[in-house]
Amino acid sequence: MRHILAVLVENNPGVLTRVAGLFSRRGYNIDSLTVGRTENSNISRMTIVVSGDDLVLEQVTKQLHKLIDVIKINDITSEQYVDRELVLIKVGADPTVRGEIMQIVDIFRARIVDIGRKTLIIECTGDEDKISAVIESLIPFGIKELVRTGKVAMLRGQKFTSINDNKEDDN
Amino acid sequence: MQLSGAEIIIKSLKEEGVEAIFGYPGGQILPFYDALYDSGLKHYLVRHEQGAAHAADGYARATGKPGVCVATSGPGATNLVTGIANAYMDSVPIIALTGQVPCGMLGKDSFQEADITGITLPITKHNYLVNDVKDLARTIKESFHIATTGRPGPVLIDLPKDVQVAKTKFKYPEDVSLKGYKPILKGNKGQIGQAAKLIGNAKRPVIYCGGGVIVSGANAELFRLAELTLSPVTTTLLGKGAFPETHPMSLGMLGMHGTKAANYAVSECDLLIAVGARFDDRVTGKIDEFAAKARVIHIDVDPAEIGKNVKVDVPIVGDVKKVLAQLNEKLEQQLSGEWQDKIAQWKEKHPLSYGANGKLKPQFIIEQIYEVTRGDAIIVTEVGQNQMWAAQYYKYTRPRTFISSGGLGTMGYGLPAAIGAQVGCPDSVVIDIAGDGSIQMNIQELATAVHYNIPVIVVILNNNFLGMVRQWQEIFYDRRYSYTEITGPDFVKLAEAYGAVGLRVTEPNEVKPALKKAIEAKRPVLIDFVVEREENVFPMVPPGGAIHKMLGG
Repeated sequence: MRHILAVLVENNPGVLTRVAGLFSRRGYNIDSLTVGRTENSNISRMTIVVSGDDLVLEQVTKQLHKLIDVIKINDITSEQYVDRELVLIKVGADPTVRGEIMQIVDIFRARIVDIGRKTLIIECTGDEDKISAVIESLIPFGIKELVRTGKVAMLRGQKFTSINDNKEDDN
Repeated sequence: MQLSGAEIIIKSLKEEGVEAIFGYPGGQILPFYDALYDSGLKHYLVRHEQGAAHAADGYARATGKPGVCVATSGPGATNLVTGIANAYMDSVPIIALTGQVPCGMLGKDSFQEADITGITLPITKHNYLVNDVKDLARTIKESFHIATTGRPGPVLIDLPKDVQVAKTKFKYPEDVSLKGYKPILKGNKGQIGQAAKLIGNAKRPVIYCGGGVIVSGANAELFRLAELTLSPVTTTLLGKGAFPETHPMSLGMLGMHGTKAANYAVSECDLLIAVGARFDDRVTGKIDEFAAKARVIHIDVDPAEIGKNVKVDVPIVGDVKKVLAQLNEKLEQQLSGEWQDKIAQWKEKHPLSYGANGKLKPQFIIEQIYEVTRGDAIIVTEVGQNQMWAAQYYKYTRPRTFISSGGLGTMGYGLPAAIGAQVGCPDSVVIDIAGDGSIQMNIQELATAVHYNIPVIVVILNNNFLGMVRQWQEIFYDRRYSYTEITGPDFVKLAEAYGAVGLRVTEPNEVKPALKKAIEAKRPVLIDFVVEREENVFPMVPPGGAIHKMLGG
């Protein structure tokens, strides 16, 4: 089963290496990992998507906790959460098919962010299913280049993954 | 007043109560050595950086205080690596200080540059590359805190040369504030209640205790637990000394070369109380059959150890000493019964034994060491047959008197670790029990021992073989002794060349006089015991086998 971990870490050099190294060393599979700053500039947040049964997840979490730079881990999989991914797709688009592509872009509420002589760059955000669907739809036109960010996720409502709330606020 | 980084390091080490440093200077650590010169801190110049790391490790295990080792950048730092990995596997608090090229030269493949924080990432509890002198004091404070609390372990601090030179105001921080590091020390009350209930209902309990009991200083609490529950106690290799092996309820060591009584007891018990131990494969053998009839209580300070290798019924995370004290309060005195009789029968029927045939047997030498020292020495070992015989035939009664490389199994550990132990415990007799293979891996440290007149006694059980590997070849590879015959130098002459005392013993009746002479010498002594060549360590559980199915003994 896939789990989404929201991990707060000290914004120290090498923290990504520590986390990534731990996964490879102990043989855990990362599906995706994103990292960026949070509202506090000393703290970064990682969203890690990892596959494994409950036993593996328990070990992953405990081993992550042993890293001094890891402050807090939330497995949000079983909670209500919002998750998003961003993808940029450069697709072959000579003038004859542009109209068709623009229709697809509209349907997915994506955006065209660059127009070249024979290509378009399309930007799309959404959950994993939507991203996969938009990619699928654009394959017939010839995808020249594709980059996706991996998942970021956040708990809905009044629940937080934040260092000031060690106990989640349920109100 | 402004102090240089190097002076700050010295002051900080003093603040931490450091009394001994093991190290080796070089280009990028020169500013530190310059500040060390008239600092009053005692530094021991080893002959190879690996020796420094092991000496710091031996010092830490013997004293319970963190050990400190120092090396220069590049090869100096990489030579520490085995010693750091060794300390990591056995949860030993050491601080490794390494010189590094100046910040501006980092990442440019500079002379003697190695990415030592990268290299030691998986073998340190934590490590630092300090790139601002203002961070130095805080980093050292944090390092000692991390190394010595929770589950202890090595911490490395990489020190670029310009940071050692740069100046800033020195104030040693009083507190450590690490958001991501707060070890759990007290046991959960509910869990402790459940454990007490399981113990109350158990008919055949066994206590399985590891190095965590010694690290935590919990031997008195463990003793009380054993008395209250009348549980027999078996220890791991690193748990030796946690419970007196002279006690009727002591089963000795369990696992691959454990006693039959210990392995039978664990296999038959209905409750296994694991205390500060981590279910290593050398302990459990075939994991599905390990303590298969038992409920399991697991007490450990490291949450990640719980449930890692075996399923646990009652996990308790916390400092072993605190948890045991909490648990003991909940327990009632149990009465002796069939189980205790059974244990006594197993012990009676299956003592450790070897075929005495009038020749010089390694097991006999260990027994003699026990008699001559009255069990009061610090025994350090190398790795292999020497280590197992030292574990089996000497009875350990006090914590921190058996020092051995357990997890990593590092040949060459013993001599430098013995030096570290002797520095930490100058009034103890410290004996390194070695094989003729492993002693040659760090024999150069004899020079260190002689230079500082550190009176360690090196006992070589010399069989001209890499004995443990040969034993495996004998049993599992049809006696095909592939590259396990090893010739050594004339160890007596070698000892003398280093300025130590060299003795050779070939007959059983010479053993005791030689040992007495060595202890009386009060200077480094090496005794070359020429032993029976193809003696085996028994009992033995074949790797991956169930522990109640033992060969030999």
